[in-house]
Amino acid sequence: MSELSELYQQVILDHNKKPRNFRRMDDATESAEGFNPLCGDQLTVYLRTANGIVDEVSFEGSGCAISKASASMMTQAVKGKTREEVEQLFGEFHRMVIGELDEEAAPNALGRLKIFAGVREFPARVKCASLPWHTLHSALAGGGAATTEDLGADINSEHASA
Amino acid sequence: MIATQKSTTAKGRQSETKAQGEPLGFDVERARQDFPVLHQTVNGKPLVYLDNSASSQVPQVVIDRGSRYLQEEHSNIHRGVHYLSQRATTAFEGAREKVRRFINARESRECIFVRGCTEGINLVMHGYGRKFVSAGDEIIISAMEHHANIVPWQMLCEEKGAKLKVIPMNDAGELLLDEYESLLNERTKLVAVMHVSNALGTVNPIKEIIASAHKQGVPVLIDGAQAAPHLKIDVQDLDADFYIISGHKMFAPTGSGVVYGKAALLESMNPFLGGGDMIRTVTFEKTTYAGLPNKFEAGTPAIASQIGLGAAIDYLASIDREGAHAHEQELLLYATEKLMGIEGVRIVGTAREKVSVVSFIIEGVHPHDVGTILDQEGIAIRAGHHCAQPVMQRFKIPATARASFAFYNTKEEVDALASAVEKCVEVFS
Repeated sequence: MSELSELYQQVILDHNKKPRNFRRMDDATESAEGFNPLCGDQLTVYLRTANGIVDEVSFEGSGCAISKASASMMTQAVKGKTREEVEQLFGEFHRMVIGELDEEAAPNALGRLKIFAGVREFPARVKCASLPWHTLHSALAGGGAATTEDLGADINSEHASA
Repeated sequence: MIATQKSTTAKGRQSETKAQGEPLGFDVERARQDFPVLHQTVNGKPLVYLDNSASSQVPQVVIDRGSRYLQEEHSNIHRGVHYLSQRATTAFEGAREKVRRFINARESRECIFVRGCTEGINLVMHGYGRKFVSAGDEIIISAMEHHANIVPWQMLCEEKGAKLKVIPMNDAGELLLDEYESLLNERTKLVAVMHVSNALGTVNPIKEIIASAHKQGVPVLIDGAQAAPHLKIDVQDLDADFYIISGHKMFAPTGSGVVYGKAALLESMNPFLGGGDMIRTVTFEKTTYAGLPNKFEAGTPAIASQIGLGAAIDYLASIDREGAHAHEQELLLYATEKLMGIEGVRIVGTAREKVSVVSFIIEGVHPHDVGTILDQEGIAIRAGHHCAQPVMQRFKIPATARASFAFYNTKEEVDALASAVEKCVEVFS
C-alpha cells in the first residue's frame, strides 16, 4: 500500500475534492479540449494571455482524481508564467511522470508538482496526470483537441477491449 | 490430450460433497485447477481475476492443444499435399465442426472463422450491408451496443445514405420491445443487436427480437461475444441469421472467432477480404470465388488460435455447464447484495435477466481510481466506458467499474472485492 498512498497523497485527494480554478472562462484568449478515449476522461483548459504571459487559467470537465488534481495544480503552477516557462514546465512534468527526469537530482522548476512523481509507478495512470498538460500545450499552440492517443508510445496504454 | 482431459474430468465435476458439508454444487476449486494463470500473486495478494468480460482465462488443455499444434502439426492449411499440411487442415476443420456443434448450426460451412467479433461484424457489414443496403434504407441497432456493433453500421450508413435506428432501453438496462416493434418497417434492411450486454450484463430476449424482424422479412445479426461464455447457444432454435462469437471471451486464445451465417445468406453475399484461399480461379480478367466457408477466409488464418477454440469448446463440454451457470448466478446475486450494502455504491444495469456482470459506481470516486486501488489488492476489474460510450451517455455517467465473473470465481473473491471497494470509499472519504 505504500505506492498507493504515494499516488493518492492528501494533497491530491484535496485537489480532487476541491479543484482550484475549476470553471469555464468566457473571456479566454485560448482554449483546448482534452480526451482520453480509453477511460472517457474529458477536460477543457482555458487561458487568458497577454504579452506572452498567462494571466488567467482555468479548467472544467470530468475525470479521475489524478487527472483532476493534476489539472487543478497545473492551473496554480502556470499562472503568471511566460509561455516559454509554461512550455518548459510541461516538458519537465512530462519527463518526470514517464520516468525520464529525476526530479530530485536534476534542476527543474516543478516545485509542488513533484507530488505527481509517484504516478510513474502506475503506468496505466501516467496519461491521467499528463492529459491536462497536453491540453494546456495544445491551447498554447493555437487550440484544437488533445487526445491521449496522440501522446506517443512512451506512455503506456491501459487499453483493454470490452 | 483432449480425450485425456475428458476422461479425467467429464463427470467428475459434479462434486459429490464439499468439505464443509455444503450442498451439492459446482466444484469451483476443481475448475480453478484447470486455469494456471489464476494461481499467482499480484502486488503481494492472490490474484482475483474479475475482468472476464474483457477476456477470459485459458485452461491448461487449451494451452496444451495450441502447443501441440505448434510442436507437432504446424503447417499451412488447405494447400499442401504433404503430411503436416494434412494434419493441420484436419485439426483446423475439426475445430470448425466443434464450433458447429457448439452453436448447433446445420452445416460446418456456415461457420466462418474470423479473428473475433469485431472482424465478424465487419465481415457482415461488407459482405451483406454493402451489397444489399442502399439510400433510404434503415438498420436497427440497440442503445446498449458495443462500439463494434455501432461503428461498422455507421460507416455503412454514411457510405450508402442509409439511416441508423436505435432501440431505446429503460433505467434498468432492458430494451424497450414496443419501441423496437415500431422501428421495424419496409425500409429496415437489418437488425443488429447483442445477445448479452458487456457493460450492463443484460440478457436480451433475442428470440423475440429475431421473430419480430422475421415477420417483416428482415434478417438479424446477433453479437454473441458476451453470451458464449455463459449461455447455451442454439442458432437454429433462435433462428438467427448471423451469430458472432469471439474465442478469447470463452476461454480460447485471442485471434479466434466465428461468424455463423445461414448458408443461403452467406452465398448471396459479397466476399469480405480478397486474396488467397477464397478463390476458385484467378485470371487478370476475372476471379471466381470459392464456396463456403473459404469465400470469407482469405489469407492464412490464425490456425493455432482456431484449433484452440475447438479445444475450449471441448473443455466446456467436459464441465458441468448447468452447474457452472448456477454458480455464476449465485456470484452475481452475492456480489450485487454485497456491493449494494456499501454506502455510496450504485449498480448500473439491474435487468431482470443478467449474466454475472456487475457494473457499479462509487459516489465521489472515479472508476479509474477504483481500478487502481483494487489492482493494489490484486483484484483485476475493468474501469471505463467498456467500448459502449452511448450506454454511459444514457446513464449520464462518464464510466463505470465492472466486475465480471466466470465459473472459476469464488464467493471469497467477491468478499475481497467488497472489502477493496470499502477501502476506496475510505481513501476518498
